[in-house]
Amino acid sequence: MTEAPPVGLAVTDVSYSYGPKMALDGVGFAVARGEFCALLGPNGAGKSTLFALLTRLFVTDRGRIEVAGFDMRRHPRAALARIGVVFQQPTLDLDLSIRRNLLYFAALHGIGRREADGRIEAALERLDMRERADERARDLNGGHRRRMEIARAILHSPDVLLLDEPTVGLDAASRQAITRHVHALCADQGITVLWATHLVDEVWPDDALIILHRGKVLARGAAGEIAGALPLAERFLALTDGMGEAGA
Amino acid sequence: MRAYLTCAWAIVLRETLRFVNQRGRFIAALVRPLVWLVVFAAGFRAALGLSITPPYETYITYEVYIVPGLCGMVQLFNGMQSSLSLVYDREMGSMRLLLTSPMPRWWLLFSKLLAGTVISILQVYAFLVLAGMLVGVVMPVEGYLLALPVLMVTGLMLGALGLALSSLIKQLENFAGVMNFVIFPMFFLSSALYPLWKMAESSELLRDICALNPFTHAVELIRFALYGSLNPTALGWVVLALALFAGLALWGYDPARGMVRRRA
Repeated sequence: MTEAPPVGLAVTDVSYSYGPKMALDGVGFAVARGEFCALLGPNGAGKSTLFALLTRLFVTDRGRIEVAGFDMRRHPRAALARIGVVFQQPTLDLDLSIRRNLLYFAALHGIGRREADGRIEAALERLDMRERADERARDLNGGHRRRMEIARAILHSPDVLLLDEPTVGLDAASRQAITRHVHALCADQGITVLWATHLVDEVWPDDALIILHRGKVLARGAAGEIAGALPLAERFLALTDGMGEAGA
Repeated sequence: MRAYLTCAWAIVLRETLRFVNQRGRFIAALVRPLVWLVVFAAGFRAALGLSITPPYETYITYEVYIVPGLCGMVQLFNGMQSSLSLVYDREMGSMRLLLTSPMPRWWLLFSKLLAGTVISILQVYAFLVLAGMLVGVVMPVEGYLLALPVLMVTGLMLGALGLALSSLIKQLENFAGVMNFVIFPMFFLSSALYPLWKMAESSELLRDICALNPFTHAVELIRFALYGSLNPTALGWVVLALALFAGLALWGYDPARGMVRRRA
């Protein structure tokens, strides 16, 4: 790789509406390379819409999205090649083996069999799941499935990892383990992480934090600073409450 | 180029493996045309007299007549099923995964179509084998061979239709709706069950509608191919319909519009 771009992910003045309803209204933020950034917002804040734009499921002509220096509108394929995504809904093929699932994904990124095999071995090794590679994905528990999805999302060594409420449906222990795992990935491998959640306890004090509410950025900065003297949960409620009931 | 092929091959392989795992779907896909062939055709055999029309060179029984139409039906069902399941219910997540691939979207959709077509061809050949064994409808060898490329084209056309519908029409949310408004009309208003000249005896209008139905041309293309000859007119219509449906599907899956607007 040539010169490393300083910004992992830049969103500038992005708006999106479903008919007359504004889902995102002038959203802008930047995540530095190798930074863990939490995107916190109540349900209906616009997180999913933002993720759809970041993964080019939707496009908008209002605003600009850049991934590792590539403009999503002008160079969509280069931008997508540098993104790894973990969706809210599970996307493993439960009846296929873990290895098959990973191979399928690698091929979607045009990675040939031999190279894919090497990367998959390494990924499984890291998760300590090498001997389970040929089991069906169905036989894994919820937490392990999520880990596999995260491992899959970084198989092509993306610069940016996007996770859309990745702990939905997991128990407290798995939730904590996954949160820790992704923080470690960010620290060890220098991946830029954008982690969407509505759960305050998944945000660490040193994380960069963006609070999204009703399609607008309410606050951004280090989580500890935004919280101030209050626990983050209370600050979050204070910021998002008092603005009427949260949007649907 | 290599990356494109890797990607397409993986998509076809995944769909095929999934299909093989879903034994229920395979059995349903085979039982459906067999029931028509054994039950329906037995009843109609007495009621319907068929004269000699190309590609047939002798008098044929009704069972022989409807086999190509049933091959078309297998592909029609499969095309609708694979395209709709793709967007609705649990497939939604994996479709999103697919669309985040950096490959061009038209290539991804084409690979997906190709995968559905390969599965439909497996189903058709399994049906033809059973039709031969159970009912004794056997085609000439060159027919079985020529049918392969032809089924590829008809399968792509019917899959593209499903893909276009799935991206454009919100109301077709369940399979029952598709059965009523797409599969049944296409199947009954075609030459699958009765030859067009027979239709014309009862209503010229009905015959004209059937002649416009791309499924009619798919069936005729398969029918001629199964007897070792090519029907260029039918091929022309099928290719035209394929281009049209594929264009619509691409438009529907354009990220600036289409599927997008209907998140859960």
